Amino acid sequence: MKIAVCVKEVPDSGPLRRIDPATKRIDRSGDKSLNTFDLNAIEEALRINEAAGGGEVVLVSLGPERALDSLRKGLAMGADRAVLISDDGAAGSDLVATSYVLAEAIKRESPDLVLFGQQAGDSDGAVLWAAVADRLQLPVVSQISELTIDGGTATAKRQTEFGYDTIQAPLPAVLAVSDALNEPRYPSLKGIMGAKKKPQDVVSLGDLGVPADRAGEAGSRTAVSALNPPPSRGDTLKIEDDGSAAQKVLEYLIERKLV
Amino acid sequence: MSTLVFLEHHGAGIQKASLGVLSKAASLDPDTSAVIIGSGVSGLAAEAARYGAARVFIADDPNLEAPLPQSRVDVLADLVASHGFSNVLFGASVLASDIAGALAARLDAGLNWDLTGIDLEGGALVGTRSALGDTVLVDVAWTAEPRLGLVRSGSFEPTERAAAGTVENIAVNLQDFSTKAKMVEQAHAEQTGPSIEEADILVAGGRGVGSPEAFKELEDLAGALGGAVASTRAVVDSGWYPYQTQVGQTGKTVAPKLYIACGISGAIQHKVGMQSSQVIVSINKDANAAIFDFSDVAVVGDLHDVVPKLTALVAERKG
Ligand SMILES: Cc1cc2nc3c(=O)[nH]c(=O)nc-3n(C[C@H](O)[C@H](O)[C@H](O)COP(=O)(O)OP(=O)(O)OC[C@H]3O[C@@H](n4cnc5c(N)ncnc54)[C@H](O)[C@@H]3O)c2cc1C
Ligand SMILES: Nc1ncnc2c1ncn2[C@@H]1O[C@H](COP(=O)(O)O)[C@@H](O)[C@H]1O
Repeated sequence: MKIAVCVKEVPDSGPLRRIDPATKRIDRSGDKSLNTFDLNAIEEALRINEAAGGGEVVLVSLGPERALDSLRKGLAMGADRAVLISDDGAAGSDLVATSYVLAEAIKRESPDLVLFGQQAGDSDGAVLWAAVADRLQLPVVSQISELTIDGGTATAKRQTEFGYDTIQAPLPAVLAVSDALNEPRYPSLKGIMGAKKKPQDVVSLGDLGVPADRAGEAGSRTAVSALNPPPSRGDTLKIEDDGSAAQKVLEYLIERKLV
Repeated sequence: MSTLVFLEHHGAGIQKASLGVLSKAASLDPDTSAVIIGSGVSGLAAEAARYGAARVFIADDPNLEAPLPQSRVDVLADLVASHGFSNVLFGASVLASDIAGALAARLDAGLNWDLTGIDLEGGALVGTRSALGDTVLVDVAWTAEPRLGLVRSGSFEPTERAAAGTVENIAVNLQDFSTKAKMVEQAHAEQTGPSIEEADILVAGGRGVGSPEAFKELEDLAGALGGAVASTRAVVDSGWYPYQTQVGQTGKTVAPKLYIACGISGAIQHKVGMQSSQVIVSINKDANAAIFDFSDVAVVGDLHDVVPKLTALVAERKG
């Protein structure tokens, strides 16, 4: 089966994540890696094809050209090739624009299945799959914590506010997986060595036939007008555990009359 | 200006989050309508009127029985096309997020999510949301109509504000692809044990606990402190601990006197369910874990060392 997996390079979590006050976009100059939530989607794609005894896994991503470094991690895990849409005209794309561009790239591949991770670690949107599915006119199921693919049908269990639903959809379909669906594999040394040689297409908006006014800021419908510091919770008592952390926590709890 | 609010219902009641958004929207815009989409839902219109809906659109069709997103997108897209709403607002949920995302694509409309505030500026809707795991507050706007917004749950309390609530039934035309996904088994509220919402002290475990067996360590600490054990979605989805113990956006909202977070990264969807706890103590191996940003005590260490030690110390003190 041909499976497209949408993946994104995101800034590493940690204290350095910030929004650039000048451009009001996420500062992408620091260390970056493949969105960890997307590793579950790659893992699932690999398992589906391993169980079927063959197939192809294509990573599809929208981002700056450097994002190829991150995509190579997915290739090292076992994905067959990567398509990176990279174009200055796509910078600053919001949901409307991103979904349009990704859908155009996916259409070109006509996969049997399109997989998404549960959320992008930087945008925390968890909305993109629904937009892409609408553009592709395919059924969508999100938040999947159990998945079986049987012939041409996907059966998925997913969590909502009320417990677990079981939903069935015919393929091709768009599926977004929970980070508890599987345990992503670590790339083997051989996988890492081989990743560089796997096909990595960098395509422009022009290559996809995306008009300039459908991408980037021109294709977007939302804007950030100001940045402010969040309300602070006050001071944090930091304890590095050297064996005495439990004692220190106990003292704190006694002081607050919590024990 | 006119505003449409999507009202999510489950069984016989409208979700509190949707009603909160409706009453807030009606306070900003008297021309606020609500839409209820489902099967056998006309009885819910009166509740919408009580919370400020000037008009209530009802889409009632057996094909809309299951709470699946895509058929609802078809209804909303038609409604927006025929009435030209300036704003379409949703209270965040798993269902509403999928609907809002797809509707944005269908209408080529901007969607701002995770809104914690909405307001009018020069007659146009603007919003506030937090970003990057709540490390920055962002004022957001839309550059075109309709303006789509997903409001973070718990942001607005429903307040009664009586309105006309004129009921209008609307025709339902579904796209082929929108009905391809089928509900095989719908979630039903699971039987309830002692609720974590009542406990004064919660010891919460995340994926860092490592296995279902290791939750015993947390149960022992909770036992010593006289509290209960809570969990994250990653834990529940893995089948390690029951769904009723999940804290967060799709789980319970808790506000105990003490919340001890063990092996929890502090994702925003978890944070929204526990940030009102009076004292937050967290234990995590990763010094950069987001949970430390909103903890009173941040222990960088292995929970399998710290938790049993703390249990022993508490037990010893209590004698
Ligand atoms: C629409 C939507 C709704 C969601 N709703 C919810 C919800 O209601 N509730 C919820 O919780 N999540 C929810 N999530 C998921 C959420 O985004 C996170 O994926 C989830 O909260 C992560 O759970 P976790 O912290 O247990 O796991 P992880 O993020 O995997 O974190 C595990 C942590 O444990 C630490 N750790 C590992 N080993 C040890 C050790 N030995 N000692 C100490 N620390 C250790 C690690 O450093 C890491 O920080 C939702 C997501 C989406 C998209
Ligand atoms: N720029 C991108 N390129 C490809 N896939 C993406 C991109 N951004 C997000 N995704 C995918 O969409 C999922 C949800 O992202 P979001 O809705 O932004 O939280 C991620 O887990 C990825 O699978």
